[in-house]
Amino acid sequence: MLPVAYYIGLSAVLFTIGALGVLIRRNAIVIFMSVELMLNAANLAFVAFARNFGEMQGQLFVFFVMTVAAAEVAVGLALIVTIFRNKQSIDVDQMNSMKG
Amino acid sequence: MTIDLILFLILALVAVVTALSMLFSRNAVYAALFLILNFSTVAVFYLLLNAPFIALTQVTVYAGAIMVLFLFVIMLLGAEETGGMQRTWWLQPAALVSGAVLLGEAVYIILTQVTLLPSAVSPSTSFGTPTSVGEILFNQYLLPFEVTSILLLVAMIGAIVLSRTKPRDRSGS
Repeated sequence: MLPVAYYIGLSAVLFTIGALGVLIRRNAIVIFMSVELMLNAANLAFVAFARNFGEMQGQLFVFFVMTVAAAEVAVGLALIVTIFRNKQSIDVDQMNSMKG
Repeated sequence: MTIDLILFLILALVAVVTALSMLFSRNAVYAALFLILNFSTVAVFYLLLNAPFIALTQVTVYAGAIMVLFLFVIMLLGAEETGGMQRTWWLQPAALVSGAVLLGEAVYIILTQVTLLPSAVSPSTSFGTPTSVGEILFNQYLLPFEVTSILLLVAMIGAIVLSRTKPRDRSGS
């Protein structure tokens, strides 16, 4: 196996790209995809450390993260659909009022 | 070891390029497809890290179910045009600076702390197989597993409630 630092480095790069996507994009769906990318980067670090220490707990944690991500996507996309129905746009710049 | 390294570098290049393409893509459908490619590449990394069960879960749940949901919503809303970057003038430089700081911190920590890690143990033959995952999941992590089912139920109800049209909207007001 390669040193675990390689995988953690890749995970850090992917996480940074995801964070940049959240900061610089205006489309709510692309922002949401960037959040998924960040979750994925964290999962990669979990699996790499699980392999490094020979412990299964890291992989189990990834399993739970995936479940939470699936639930989050279902609710988040329902929110985006509702926002689009109210505003005819999913541009986050236009979501500046607390009441639809 | 060198074959491992070459494989890792190629896959890492694919992962980073697809992530960047997702970030800069003008079309939301292309962004979603690039993200699917990225998830598949990460699944190959999981295979390299002796996690076959997690790798296949990644393909079915992430690259399959979640991204199909994304594509479905993009096409349902007709929101393929993503409308570019932030318009506020200071936001993009600020984002780039904070991203660079984040990456710099991570690289610094990896470079300084990596020598403290113990070297990789050689895993047992059952490491990462569905059998061993299931054994731990249903013995040690039974309660979190059950709580997860409640979480999925809540998400299901939440999605239905949120996307439901109100009766007064349907009567054509």
